[in-house]
Amino acid sequence: MTAGGFLLEAAARSGWFGLMTRSVGPQIRGGEAAALLRFSNRRVDVPAESYNILFVVDWLNFDRFSAEIHLTPDTMVIADPDSGEVPEVVVKSGARMFDMPVKQVLGAIEGGRPNMLATGVVGGIIGLPIDTIYELIQDNLGSKGEKAVNSSKATVEAGYRFAETLTDAPALAEPKKSDKRRWIITGNEAAGLGAVRGGVRFAAAYPITPGTEILEWLAPNLRKLGGALVQAEDELASINMVIGGSYGGVPAITATSGPGLALMTESIGLAVAAEVPCVIVDVMRGGPSTGIPTKSEQSDLNIAVYGLHGDAPHIVTAPNSVSDCLFTTQWSVYLAEAMQTPAIVLSDQFIGQAKIVIDPPADIAFVGKRLLAQNIEGEYRRYAVTESGVSPMAVPGVAGGQHTADGLEHNPRGTPSTRAEDHMTQMNKRLRKITGFDYGSHWAEIDGEGELAVLTWGSCTAAALEAVEAAREAGIAVKLISLRLISPCLPDAMAKALEGVKKVLVVEQTHSGQFANYLRAQYELPSEVRSYHIPGPLTIRPSEILSQIQDWS
Amino acid sequence: MSEDKATAKTSQPGPEAIESVEELLAHAYVIEVDAVERYNLLADQMEVHNNSELAALFRKLAGHEEHHAKEILERAGDKALPKLKSSDYKWGEFEAPEAAELDRAHYLMTPWHALQMALRAEKRAFAFFDQLVKTAKDDEMKKWSEEFREEEAEHVRLVEELLTRYPEPAEDWAEDPDPPVYLE
Amino acid sequence: MTAHTAPAFKASDYKSDIKPVWCPGCGDYHVLLSVTRALAELGRRPEDVACISGIGCSSRIPAYVNCYGFHGVHGRSLPIGTGLKVARPDLTVLVAGGDGDGFSIGGNHFQHACRRNIDITYIVMDNRVYGMTKGQPSPTTEPDWDSALSPGGTGLSPFHPLVIALASGANFVARTFSGDPNRTTEVLVEAIKHPGFSFVQILSPCVTFRPDERGWKDVVHTAAVEETDDPARAARRIMTDDGFNIGILYRGNRAPYKLTGREATSDTDQLGEMFAI
Repeated sequence: MTAGGFLLEAAARSGWFGLMTRSVGPQIRGGEAAALLRFSNRRVDVPAESYNILFVVDWLNFDRFSAEIHLTPDTMVIADPDSGEVPEVVVKSGARMFDMPVKQVLGAIEGGRPNMLATGVVGGIIGLPIDTIYELIQDNLGSKGEKAVNSSKATVEAGYRFAETLTDAPALAEPKKSDKRRWIITGNEAAGLGAVRGGVRFAAAYPITPGTEILEWLAPNLRKLGGALVQAEDELASINMVIGGSYGGVPAITATSGPGLALMTESIGLAVAAEVPCVIVDVMRGGPSTGIPTKSEQSDLNIAVYGLHGDAPHIVTAPNSVSDCLFTTQWSVYLAEAMQTPAIVLSDQFIGQAKIVIDPPADIAFVGKRLLAQNIEGEYRRYAVTESGVSPMAVPGVAGGQHTADGLEHNPRGTPSTRAEDHMTQMNKRLRKITGFDYGSHWAEIDGEGELAVLTWGSCTAAALEAVEAAREAGIAVKLISLRLISPCLPDAMAKALEGVKKVLVVEQTHSGQFANYLRAQYELPSEVRSYHIPGPLTIRPSEILSQIQDWS
Repeated sequence: MSEDKATAKTSQPGPEAIESVEELLAHAYVIEVDAVERYNLLADQMEVHNNSELAALFRKLAGHEEHHAKEILERAGDKALPKLKSSDYKWGEFEAPEAAELDRAHYLMTPWHALQMALRAEKRAFAFFDQLVKTAKDDEMKKWSEEFREEEAEHVRLVEELLTRYPEPAEDWAEDPDPPVYLE
Repeated sequence: MTAHTAPAFKASDYKSDIKPVWCPGCGDYHVLLSVTRALAELGRRPEDVACISGIGCSSRIPAYVNCYGFHGVHGRSLPIGTGLKVARPDLTVLVAGGDGDGFSIGGNHFQHACRRNIDITYIVMDNRVYGMTKGQPSPTTEPDWDSALSPGGTGLSPFHPLVIALASGANFVARTFSGDPNRTTEVLVEAIKHPGFSFVQILSPCVTFRPDERGWKDVVHTAAVEETDDPARAARRIMTDDGFNIGILYRGNRAPYKLTGREATSDTDQLGEMFAI
């Protein structure tokens, strides 16, 4: 893991872009692990189709990763001949094998560690400047003392020396340097940053893989901003703490994954009824039940859209890349605050945990701005019926604004009511808030023109974009539509986006085609619709989508 | 075994602990204010539970007590009455003696029940001042206590007279074969 | 101060104009009186007080006080109150509800709220029955109490909320009786003033489904010995009393959850810089 991080950062410092994902065994500590890296001189948002270099520390449980680590006859595999038998899958791939006496090399260096050797070998092969790696060692290990720094440097150097002995090694294209310092960030960190940029100053947290990192990022950083995070006893508590904090006038967030979202749904309905803004980031993983916590899937779509009881209009958004976690989370805070309703952000394990090199993101104007009631005279009506559906909210401390926020159906004043008229009026108002809102162009990313459109969302977007670009190079005109706003649906905007489109290929990472079913139910689609839906744990590769496009053209 | 064995129902001292005319008048005033509050509360309850006859009756009783409260303030004149907190009360029981017993309320209750409630309240008030007459610290306190005691005696007589107009209801007055139910 | 001159706040300033839907005779009317009196005695501005509840008869109370209120879902009042207090430490936060809401569906939150020891006051109107659903046994119901849902009784030991609160870390533990509004008011004043998590169990009869509870007024009695800050002593005392012992049974010195000292030292632009290579 350290090796991957060093390589990514060294590449970034030298002007390359890159993406790192991790794959780990189920052990809490000491399990097998793989760091998967892709480098380029332009931004990369999707893991590689196949790998050029595989550095093997040992072969134990390699079969667990073999489906994710696609090897070809061009792949260089560097492994210690003493580290066990080469797995059959590797032999069959036809990859080129290079023996390296890893144990022997490490044994000769006091304090020599495999991760530093891997850094040196791979850095040497792809041509990263060794001095950049030395800088990183100094920055990261300097506090451990000169001895640790020197032994790491010596190990890296041994790796570089070995790399020099290899022939026909792949090299990176020329780097593209930038005047501005690039960022290295994970989707989960980006979501945390997006939240605070959007104005979030309160969070409640219950740990769950892979959402925890958002909460762990928020804990110290909210404090730095004068805000607070509370660790809750369960997700039933965390969502209600968030509702309580937001009722106090402080924009609030929690992050979770599928099982946690399931527990939260009753109270998200409360936030709908009581009109309390809040943001819930669901970093999706394989389901149902505990499923595959460490792997990605988009199968919480149904529960996010339909999981609340009663008619409960709310917002569902989805970031479409690692870095878009920043924009979409920030935008979702803005939407929730503007419409005084909950927003569920559907991120996933891949974009949440992938680490990426990006140009520094622009400042986005979206900052949560709640319509507040101040200087109240006369009777205050919390749920006053307005044209937009949004009613000025009095927060505690404002004289004359006292009211009871209620999950029971209520009249405009907030008094519980079972009258048909009140139910209808309030339901209309809550729906109108979100269907009449101007979402601008952010509801979807739309790219290119063509009679065939790929319709996708979330982390499938990057793979779809690569596939669409490859198709265009092959002379096939394809349009890409990636939805950032999942719910509510925008029939007019979609109709416009689909103008001239005759065939739609829906791409998603679910077993049952949840997204395709949702689109069919909610939108007017062209008569020809194909659904390409594959569950996790494997991410959908650009080549799979490309072959779907080619088959249909 | 627990350290808290067999103790008094309430730790609150009784009227014998009242020290001054001002304190006495403050208590007399609170007795009326609490009575007003309870009768109004009961009237509200009866309104919510569609017992309009009782709502009107309780509202009327509240009006009488409000009148008494005002009178006490007027009679106190320039005397500076202390502002009593919950911990300052010297009722010797849970509540001010003329506060109607909320736990005896019922949505089907009749005027007879309401007047019985009022009668008990007036009698308790009488007993309170009777005790004060016996334990007054000085002549002025005694004089005031006697006045209040006589007024309460008069109220008892008035309620008793009213009660003659309302016969005791049949034993099954609270029976409701189809009780209204609200469920959440 | 004289009775002629109006004090800063009267109990009626804390009453809303909404009439309760509770059954006539219900103990919760008394609790409402006591809560409004306590707030008046404390002199908190009504807009600086929030009353949070879940679901059940007693959970209707926020609408009846003229403060900010939240009537949430069943069992989750404490998390809402916790979130509100952490986000807005300047507010006085009361959380109120019944025995089913607080000890059954909300039981986990009860323990952890005690443990977290945030400066809020939790008022449970305990009537040992689910009233809003027409009379089912709650965690505090006697084992032999007969009902349609548990014919012949549940046969289960009643939950002991005061001991659980004490063991879980609450900083103030008291029991009162609704029919003793003066004492209840006094205890509530102390509970609200005391730092950390204050738990007040108010025995509040349900005259509709537990008419026998009208008899509570004859069995409750004032705690004979002084309150203690020794949890061991308080535990022994609560474990061995008859359940009708009224008073402040534990007033501790446990460190409350830290809510102060949260000045911003950074801004979001600076935070973004941590990702720059």
